[in-house]
Amino acid sequence: MLLRLDGVEARYGPVQALRGISLEVPEGSVVAVLGANGAGKTTTLRAVSGTVRRSGSIEFAGKPLHGGPEAVARAGIAHVPEGRGTFTELTVVENLRLGAYTRRERNLDSDIDRVSKWFPWIPDRAQQPAGTLSGGEQQMLAVARALMARPRLLMLDEPSLGLAPMIVREIFRIVRELNEREGLTVLVVEQDARIALQTASTAYVLEVGRVAVSGPSDELKENESVRRSYLGY
Amino acid sequence: MSRARWLAPVVAFVALAFLVAVLPSFISTFRAQQLAYVAIYLIALIGLNVLTGYTGQISLGHGAFMAIGGYTTAILIADHGVKDIWTIPIAGILTGVVGFLFGIPALRLSGLYLALATFAIAVSMPAVIKRFEGFTGGGSGINLFGLPDLTASLTPVTVLGRELTFNDWLYYLCWTIALVGYVVAWLLLRGRTGRAFRAVRDSETAAQSSGVSLPKYKTLAFGVSAAYAGVAGSLFAIATTFVNPDTFPIALSILLLVGVVVGGLGSLVGLIAGAVFIQFLPIWSQEVSKSPGAPAIVSGVVLIALMFVLPMGFAGLLARVRTLTKR
Amino acid sequence: MADFMQQVVVGLSSGSIYASLALALVLIHRATGVINFAQGEMATLSTYIAWTLTTNHGWSYWPAFAFTLIASFVGGVAIHQGVIRPNEKGSVLRVVIVTIGLLLAINGLVTLIWSGEVRAVPSPFPTRTIEIGGVAISIQDIGTIGVVLATVVVLWLMFQYTKVGLAMRAAAVNPAEARLVGVRVTWMLSLGWGLAAVLGAISGMLAAPSVFLDPNLMAALLIYAFAAAVLGGIDSPIGAVVGGLVLGVGLNLLGTYVDFVGADLRLPGALLVILVVLLVKPSGIFGKTEVKRV
Repeated sequence: MLLRLDGVEARYGPVQALRGISLEVPEGSVVAVLGANGAGKTTTLRAVSGTVRRSGSIEFAGKPLHGGPEAVARAGIAHVPEGRGTFTELTVVENLRLGAYTRRERNLDSDIDRVSKWFPWIPDRAQQPAGTLSGGEQQMLAVARALMARPRLLMLDEPSLGLAPMIVREIFRIVRELNEREGLTVLVVEQDARIALQTASTAYVLEVGRVAVSGPSDELKENESVRRSYLGY
Repeated sequence: MSRARWLAPVVAFVALAFLVAVLPSFISTFRAQQLAYVAIYLIALIGLNVLTGYTGQISLGHGAFMAIGGYTTAILIADHGVKDIWTIPIAGILTGVVGFLFGIPALRLSGLYLALATFAIAVSMPAVIKRFEGFTGGGSGINLFGLPDLTASLTPVTVLGRELTFNDWLYYLCWTIALVGYVVAWLLLRGRTGRAFRAVRDSETAAQSSGVSLPKYKTLAFGVSAAYAGVAGSLFAIATTFVNPDTFPIALSILLLVGVVVGGLGSLVGLIAGAVFIQFLPIWSQEVSKSPGAPAIVSGVVLIALMFVLPMGFAGLLARVRTLTKR
Repeated sequence: MADFMQQVVVGLSSGSIYASLALALVLIHRATGVINFAQGEMATLSTYIAWTLTTNHGWSYWPAFAFTLIASFVGGVAIHQGVIRPNEKGSVLRVVIVTIGLLLAINGLVTLIWSGEVRAVPSPFPTRTIEIGGVAISIQDIGTIGVVLATVVVLWLMFQYTKVGLAMRAAAVNPAEARLVGVRVTWMLSLGWGLAAVLGAISGMLAAPSVFLDPNLMAALLIYAFAAAVLGGIDSPIGAVVGGLVLGVGLNLLGTYVDFVGADLRLPGALLVILVVLLVKPSGIFGKTEVKRV
């Protein structure tokens, strides 16, 4: 088990966002966290990366996970936040270099090559300010940046946000290939339940800060009442 | 507000007014003068609070508004023989108009830029005053001492059957105006205007989309705030009986901002503490040590420490006490 | 013509000093979003330290210069970590008051330790002039421009080509996202304060030989630096440098060639610049106009 959450609670001021979340992410799998707006999906990722204060137990690679985002990044978790978190004023290649911040290598060229195999357009646009890229390209850049860190766990927050369906499909295709070919473990939070269930092996459906339903995505897909009550289709 | 809620502030205010009225009988005339300055600062702070605390526009230039009020009074008394009391409302209105007019171009500036613009004005004010010598008496300033129109300046004045020396008269004049100004501000800020001001501070775009006219309220805030500063400046001139370009330096503007933050932004009650603080901090610092530079160190350290201990100013302390006593 | 070139060089020299301090202000504003009102006093303190080392302890100039830079760097980091960081979460005004408190305390400290006497500070550069193309130029002016230029180039190289520089830039523009990639944002901000302190120290040490050393050395310089930063764009490092040079040359030429702008109207001139820029284009020459986020 690469990541395990047990009874995690989190609040934003007086508002209780997570009321005891427990979930598991096996190594080498893709796990989806679904649910309506405000259910606590983004907060769950924030709790893991230490961006929000939380109580409860979080274990990563068998050890308790503590501290803020800087420490979590160093532990090997790459968090691509909602809105992609692109450094719009910096160039594409500078964004990539920042992705590898926690690693000690001085020469990152081979890493940039490695990452460019997944996103072949990167070398041509290397010196462009990241803010001039389209939404889909920024999302891909964000994933590429995360890959530069050689993370053990990739956390994606709503990668489909604001993107056209075709681009969303492309991004999830890449996620699936990363998982199948390189064994990258992925925890993805998504509003678009359909495509998330196609890519993930397991899914957790959140409702008002708690896990309402969970299980293999095949089962959830077939279960009509679950689909209608929780997933909206 | 429910009846119970405004009863407490009214009672507190009446108590304060009573205290102000009887205090001079118990203190030295020197203390009375110091407390008069507290009232003057309080008036300026109320004005600055309306601008910075309520509409969130930072001004590092209120000393300049005080200068306008002060010089208006001085020129009217010295050159035109106007009795000092009548110059006060004139100074207030004139400065208010200037402030309102300044608020118009200031609409384009926000936050830091506004602070820098007001800072620039305040720093240049002494030089500007010197330049218009014919009007302002240039570097030598205007002396009011001994002029017949300056009440109680040479001989005590009789008010309500009591004989008052200059300092006592000054004390009552300043505090009366301060208390009246306090009530006026309180009434202004309680109502729709106050809510509009606060809406401007919290989110300009949201305020706009709910129909609050930004230009109207932002310039109004500037005008009101400047008027208060003008009155304070006018009283300042009467109190010091003398004005020259260095009477209203940039340090005064900075001091006023310190007073508002230490008192507690957006709260009227803390401002009294703020006014006391800025009047007495330099004096207390001197009492700690008179070695050159030491008072400045003490003042600086106290300021920094206060931001750690009372981030919300004295008003924050009061709020905490209130929540504690409610339990 | 030769006279004009001479005045331009003199203007560039004072402009470099403004540029250095303006760059300090811009660095801090980019990193922490505040104007450090104590920047000038910190620079004064640094200059006094350098002066003490050379005069009372017999150090030679350049080692004292280097030591002062290191001490200033440490001081800047310490001030950010100790005094600024705890107040960052509050309103901007809180931090402004803290910097005002620092201004008072440091000014007082300098007066206490070294007293208010005005002192003459020797210049590291020979005071003679040389002739270039028929124009008499003082070596001190060249030296001043050279030192500031070298500093700016070194800083630029650091920001563009090193990992730390990249991390600092990221921390300044997107602190939350920078944390997610593992950047220790708070330390990057402290680094910014340290570098700003170094720039201020350079400014003070270059200014002192011509204007004499007293506790209020930097007060006027700070205002010129504000003007330069506003002119160039409060968030633009290039703007700070260009703004400083333009201001220096502009004020000097105005003072020399326009009659009623005498020497003592340079300060109001700078203030006028601030006001005009703020009225016409608040974001300055190199600044970007702000997009308001709802």
